[in-house]
Order: sequence, then C-alpha cells, then structure tokens
Amino acid sequence: MDVAEAVSSLGASSKLLWHGDENIHGVDSIVIPGGFAHGDYLRPGAIARFSPVMKAVTQFALEGGPVVGICNGFQVLTEAGLLPGALQKNRGLKFVCEPATLRVETTESILTNKAAAGGNLHIPINHFEGNYTCNKETLKELQEENRIVLRYVNNPNGSIDDIAGVCNNKRNVVGLMPHPERACNELLGSTDGQVLFQSLLAA
Amino acid sequence: MDKSLHRSLGLTDEEANVINEILGRQANPLELAMYSVMWSEHCSYKSSRLHLKRLPTEAPWVLVGPGENAGVVDVGDEIAVAIRIESHNHPSAIEPYQGAATGVGGILRDIFTMGARPIALMDPLRFGPLDDPRSQWIAEGVVSGVSGYGNAVGVPTVGGETVFDSTYKENPLVNVLCLGILPTDRLVLGQASGIGNLAVLLGNSTGRDGIGGVSVLASAGFSEEDDSAKRPSVQVGDPYEEKRLIEACLALLDEKLVIGIQDLGGAGLTCATSETASRGGVGMDVDISAIPCRELGMEPYEIMTSESQERMLAIVEPKNLKRVLEISNQWEVQASVIGKVTNGDSLRILSEVEGEVLADIPASSLHDDAPLYDRPKKKPELHQGLSGDELNPPVNVTNDLLSLLCDPSWVYKQYDHQLFLNTVVGPGDDATVLRLKHPVNGKETGRGLALTTDGNHRWCLVDPKIGTAMIVAEAVLNLACVGARPLAVVNCLNFGNPEHPEVMWQLSEAIDGMSDACVSFGVPVIGGNVSLYNESEGNNIAPTPVIGMLGLIDDLENRPPGAQMAEGDRLLLIGPETSGLGGSLWAANHGAIYGELPELDLEMHLKVAETIRTLVGTKLIRGVHDLSEGGLGVALAEMAAKSSVGVSIARTPNHQALFGEGPSRAVVAVDPESLTDVLTLCEERGVPVVRLGLATGNQFKIKDMMDVSLSDLKAAFINKLPNTFGVGTSNQ
Repeated sequence: MDVAEAVSSLGASSKLLWHGDENIHGVDSIVIPGGFAHGDYLRPGAIARFSPVMKAVTQFALEGGPVVGICNGFQVLTEAGLLPGALQKNRGLKFVCEPATLRVETTESILTNKAAAGGNLHIPINHFEGNYTCNKETLKELQEENRIVLRYVNNPNGSIDDIAGVCNNKRNVVGLMPHPERACNELLGSTDGQVLFQSLLAA
Repeated sequence: MDKSLHRSLGLTDEEANVINEILGRQANPLELAMYSVMWSEHCSYKSSRLHLKRLPTEAPWVLVGPGENAGVVDVGDEIAVAIRIESHNHPSAIEPYQGAATGVGGILRDIFTMGARPIALMDPLRFGPLDDPRSQWIAEGVVSGVSGYGNAVGVPTVGGETVFDSTYKENPLVNVLCLGILPTDRLVLGQASGIGNLAVLLGNSTGRDGIGGVSVLASAGFSEEDDSAKRPSVQVGDPYEEKRLIEACLALLDEKLVIGIQDLGGAGLTCATSETASRGGVGMDVDISAIPCRELGMEPYEIMTSESQERMLAIVEPKNLKRVLEISNQWEVQASVIGKVTNGDSLRILSEVEGEVLADIPASSLHDDAPLYDRPKKKPELHQGLSGDELNPPVNVTNDLLSLLCDPSWVYKQYDHQLFLNTVVGPGDDATVLRLKHPVNGKETGRGLALTTDGNHRWCLVDPKIGTAMIVAEAVLNLACVGARPLAVVNCLNFGNPEHPEVMWQLSEAIDGMSDACVSFGVPVIGGNVSLYNESEGNNIAPTPVIGMLGLIDDLENRPPGAQMAEGDRLLLIGPETSGLGGSLWAANHGAIYGELPELDLEMHLKVAETIRTLVGTKLIRGVHDLSEGGLGVALAEMAAKSSVGVSIARTPNHQALFGEGPSRAVVAVDPESLTDVLTLCEERGVPVVRLGLATGNQFKIKDMMDVSLSDLKAAFINKLPNTFGVGTSNQ
C-alpha cells in the first residue's frame, strides 16, 4: 500500500496483486513490497516464494519484465532463485529501523537508470534479516558484471561488500533492503526514493 | 461450602456469598471461575471505579468515552480517531518477550474492535536500574517482544518512553498505547442484539495459555516462591494470525456484516460473551463443544477463562453468515458459530447445542454486580528522607549533567516507526507527528495528529496530585512543541497494592490532580486502564500514572522544527521562573527523593503552551525543546547533541536553575533576525523570557559552571544504552 501511494504521487497507477492469484493482470512492472509475508515464519520469504502469484512473477521476470523486490520482497526474490545470495540476521542481532545513506553504483538497472552514478541517496532501512551474503564466486561475478546496484555508505547490518541492492544478469530484476517508498515525500524527511521509482516507470 | 475453591480463584468469602445470592443457589465450579475472572481487579476496577468517576470525560468532539474498548474522537473530514492505553506489567515481569508481545496484540484488537485501522503504537516502558542484570534481561526481552510482534503485525511503533529506576526493579511497567483511524460511519460497539443472531468466534483456537491471566497475574503482587508457577498464565502471541484477523474484521465491518464485535482479552470468552450480551440487554447461549480447541480434554472452565490471543467475537445475523465465512476464509481466519443471542439476561454455557447446562449466570451480573470497594486511604507519614533542596551543590557539574543524559534510540531503532508513510516526526522528539489521511481512500487532509506519552514517578512520589497535574501539563507542552493543540487524554494508572491505604491515597490524589489539570486545559479523558498490585514482597512501586495525549495540527505544511539549533542562533528560555529540586532526576540520583514540587500555575501554563504553538506555526524559531526531567541542563544538552552544535550560556545562577524541573518551560533556538519578533510575541502574550546565550562552536559551556567538549557530551548521550546492552543477542 505504501509503494502504491509513493508510485501514485509520481503520477503513475498501480494495482495490488493477491498472493493466491495466478495471474498478474497485464501490469508493466512488478514491485514485491516489504512486510513480513506469512509472519516471516520459518525464514523471511521462505513461504511466500511458494505463493501462487510467484509463478506468474517468475515467468514475467524470465521474459524480461521489470521486477523489484523491496526488503521482504528482496528476501522473496532470493528464496525464489531470481536473485543470487541470501539475507541473514543483521550483524548486531537486532532489528534496525533508521535512515541510511546509499551510493548508486550503477545506472544500468531498471531501478537506477535515471539516478546519478556515484551519487548518494538518503533512504531508510527497516529489517532484521538484511545482512546480504553470498559465496565468493557469486560475489566476484556480481562485482565483475557490475551488478551491485546500491551500496551502504555506512554498513548498518554487516552485508558483504556493503551491498544494499543487486540485480540479475539481465538487469531487469533488482532486490534492495532499503525502502524507497519511505523517501518520496518532503514531510517524511527525504524525496531521494523518487528517482528509483521514476527509473522503474521508465524501464 | 468448600472455601478452598473460591479462595484459590482469588474470590473473597464475601464475594462468594454475593455470587450465591445472585444465583439463588450454590455456584458450581465453572460459574465460580467465570465470576473470579470478571470480578478480578483487572476486569472489574473494583478498587478504582469509585475514583475514576471524578475525571472529566466529555467534550463536543468525543464520540465514545470511557467504558468501551477504546475512546473515539471526531477529528473532522469524516475521520474519527480511536485510542487506548493498557498495561501488560505483570506478564512482562514473568516472561518479558511474550508479555510485551501480547500486550501489543491486545491493544491492537481493542482498536480494530471499534472499526478503526490501527496505525500507530507507543510504548512507555519502565524498568529497574540499568546496572541490574535481571532488569537488563527484562528490558531486552520487552523491547524484543514489542519489536517482534509490532513489526511483524505491521503497525508502526512511533514513540514511547524508556525509564530506568530502582522502584521498578521487581515490577517493570510495560504500557502500550494504540491509535487507529476510521471513517466516522464505520464506528461499531461491542454489543449483541437481535434474538436468534449468531455469536461467531474468529481467529485462533483456544488453548491452555493464559488461563486466568487477569486474576492470577494482574490482581496480586509478587512474592519470592510463586513467580515461576505463574508462567503458564502468560499468553503466547502470533502476529501473523493477528494481521489476518485485522484485515478480516475490517472487511466484515466495511460490508456491514456484523452487529457488534468484541475482542477476547482479559477473561477471554467469559468477558466477550457476557459483555456483548449485557451491553445489548440480551442473553446468550454458548455451545462449548463448538469452540475450536488446540488440545483435547480441555475443561469447560479452561475454555471459558483462557486468554489465548488473536480471537474476536462477532455478532452476526443468520442471513449474513455465509458471507462472513467467505471473508474469513479469504483471509485464512478460522470462524465458528459458537452461540446465539437469546431472550432474557442469561449467559448459559451448554455442553452442546440443546445439551446439558454447565453454567447459567445473569450476564449483567458479571459486570454490574461486580464488587465496588471504597478502600481505606491514608496519607503517608511525613517523609523522613532527604529533600532535593537540602543537597549540597554538585562537586562536578559536568559529570552530573552527563550522567543524566540517555538517548533512547537503542530502543526505538528496533521498532518499525515509519510504516504507512505517516510518520513526520518519529520517536525521540517531544511528540510524535503523523500525517492525517482518510483511512479508506487515503486522501490527505493537510492536517496532522500529534501524540505523546508522559509519566514521572519522582514527581508523583513527592506529591501525587500536583505531580500528576504536572504530567498532564507536560503532555500539553510536548504537543505545543510540534504545533499541536490537545484533543483527548487516555491514562494508564500504575500503582501498588490497593489494600495498602497509602497506595489508595496516592491513586485518589493522582486522579484529582489529573482531573484538575484536564478540566483546566479543556481536555477530556476518554479511556484508561488501571494496573494495581505492582508490588513485590510488600514493597509498592512509586505511583506512576502515565498518560497518552492526542493532539491535532490544523496545518501540517512543514515538518515541525524539533530540538534543533544552528551556529549563531540565540537561545531563549520561555516560561516562568521556578525554583526547587524536589522530585528532580538530579536529586534522585543523589538519593533525595522527597521534598516539595515546584509550583504549577495552570493558567500560565496554557499561555506558555499557546505561545510555543504559535511560534512553531509561524516558523519564527529554528528549534524548540520542552524542559522535563533533568531540567534546563538536559534540555540544552539534548539540543546540542542532536544538532551537533555547542552552546555558550551566560546566565545560570546555580545548580537549582540547571537541574530543577519546574513546569511550563521550553528552550527555543532563534535566528538573530527573528529575535525581536519572538521577544515581542512573548511580551504581548505575557509570557516571561530569559536570554540564555548562543548556539556556537564545539564546546558546551555554561559560564563559571561547566565547559565540556561537544564530542564528550554526544558520547555520553548516545552510548549509554549501547554500552549497557551491547549488541546483545536476539531473544527469539
């Protein structure tokens, strides 16, 4: 709902897809939002990846459709195998909700094509399992293929190589732990999330 | 008659006799169990009801006052706000994580029971001293519990308080406030009507957790042997179940499919069935075999008094049952018809439909005939202890000031405080500010809600009446600091054992103080909760009334200034001169907890609050921070730490002026260009102003008193809690 509000504030429209639905109703792009699907029981995203709608989402992604996973959505995408790596408990073993500064590492992704490369974005984080990890080979691949989309300037959770967001090799699927929808309104303290949604809408 | 049974259920011999008189026969064990939970202190307010009547509860904007699940006020634009505060003190002392988690779950149900979508939680928390390992364990568990349940259920925790004091060593206070918004026409009440209508139980199955929680836990103090035996009385929470239950219930209400709805909290099914029936002036037959249970062989008394979480009781017309079951099914919420509304006044528990009658009680007797005690009150003997004003001046002002600083962000960073995109000012400031959007269509109103919770046991120990009035005053000033005017108060009265006359005196005085202040400020009390028996080994906690105050910001165009300042700003102290260290944090830290409170002038207080509100609205000031615990010294230090600018203060006559906690005062930071305008405005309003000095540099300087580097000051502020708790381990 928060993502829908942020997107509509940019003049675009959105519809909510029901987890039990097997159809994505012809949308142009898909955002899997944050929010403790299935209570995060077992492991964040571990149950949600089996939601009927995920079949259609996977198909859409494989056909090159733009898909973004925010926070719990990122966890779902890694569980579903659409993005590499995994998200484990924060280094401090506590939930963390605070502002974060991110650096845009590449503009070659559906989420950052309108952002300034190397620029900083102020976007809050809100997670317990945001500590990105992957094996050495995968990390090397991500680095060499320039698939690390966003990095933390001050790593808040122990993520390997300060990773805040990554994309797949086709660059049409992006997962990130920070919440850009929470940074789309001056009253809420930051509008730096807008450029990410503008990128997605342009993708 | 076997006296051991009713006594073991917490009923007195006299209460048992009254029950037999009501029934005209000997009550059976199931009936006794049902009375025992409903007549417990927690459910019946039997020691406090008489006094609560003295609170002002009415105003034109009040839609629902005390007595329902939550208070409701009209805030315009066809939006109403539901608000309630509760305690989960006793369960949290026994099992911190689940105690706190189920406290959150319970208060959420109180809000969506009214038809409101819960959009914000606040957690005023009070623990034993920071250096006590058990208190640390409780604090970590409670914070994890609030975080674990609140974050997962998807309602942001936007503020609260964190207090550490030896008075709470054995009795931590875990209070929780919830605010919800609803379209005014969705307001529903927890009542049954219409003979033949169905009682539908939604949500979790009923288990053996929380059996008799209210009577076993919250209606007696703690002693050495029996605490572990109380653990089965603590409930276990399931936030994902609650999340689906919220959506299912709001969907049922949107389609107007229920006549009344009631959450199952304290006293479980006994409370929900009897309250809905008695509010509607009807009876109810409950088929005990239809209630889904988690395990086989549960006794009827267990089923009727279990406090298993995430359950709601809806009263539904038979023709709507199909649709109710469809919606429940869509949200994967279990729904079972467990009874029906009957003619008359009898709450009957049946073994099966048309089966054996296991209990037959006049429903209203569980509420209306509950005992009402005018317990003896006695003002405590004159305190022999030191008063704050008798203490010697500090040996080292710098150390004393630094020791008073404590940044609570270690706590609130563990809470999602931004969900729903409403949080304009989050935790850690004088008051929280939320955007006010329509709950159904999301339309912005351009206005804001402000919320604060306040309590101060040190003030209330010195003088419960003036101390409580000062708390209400502080809340009004906190709201003013974000530009809001007060609309309503909810209270959570945390006291010791009401059978001790000194405690009853404290409770009665506190209610009088709250009443005086609320009448004077024109703010109604629209709901509350009383938590008594916060005692251990015969020692009572210091009286701790906590209030939540709701305010409205008529024009939320910009973010309120907050406790900010910039290089070169002039610092002003707005408000009357006061004196005295009685009840202050500084004095308490030096062992002096008695004395006299500074004067509270309610009329002057209103003038100061109005002036601050105007200043915030006119954008004439860069920053503002109200003075509360720790006085002027702490207020300035917090502003310096938060804005990373030092201060140079010229005029501070003595340590009383630095650490005294006189009410009705705030520090403002003003750009030199606006200084004249601010001074003129204060003069016009008849509000005293003192020029304190400058915001400047990297030192925190008070002439002839202290000079400390900004970095040391910030370290003292920021590191206090992380140094104690470290990174810790998860309690899950």
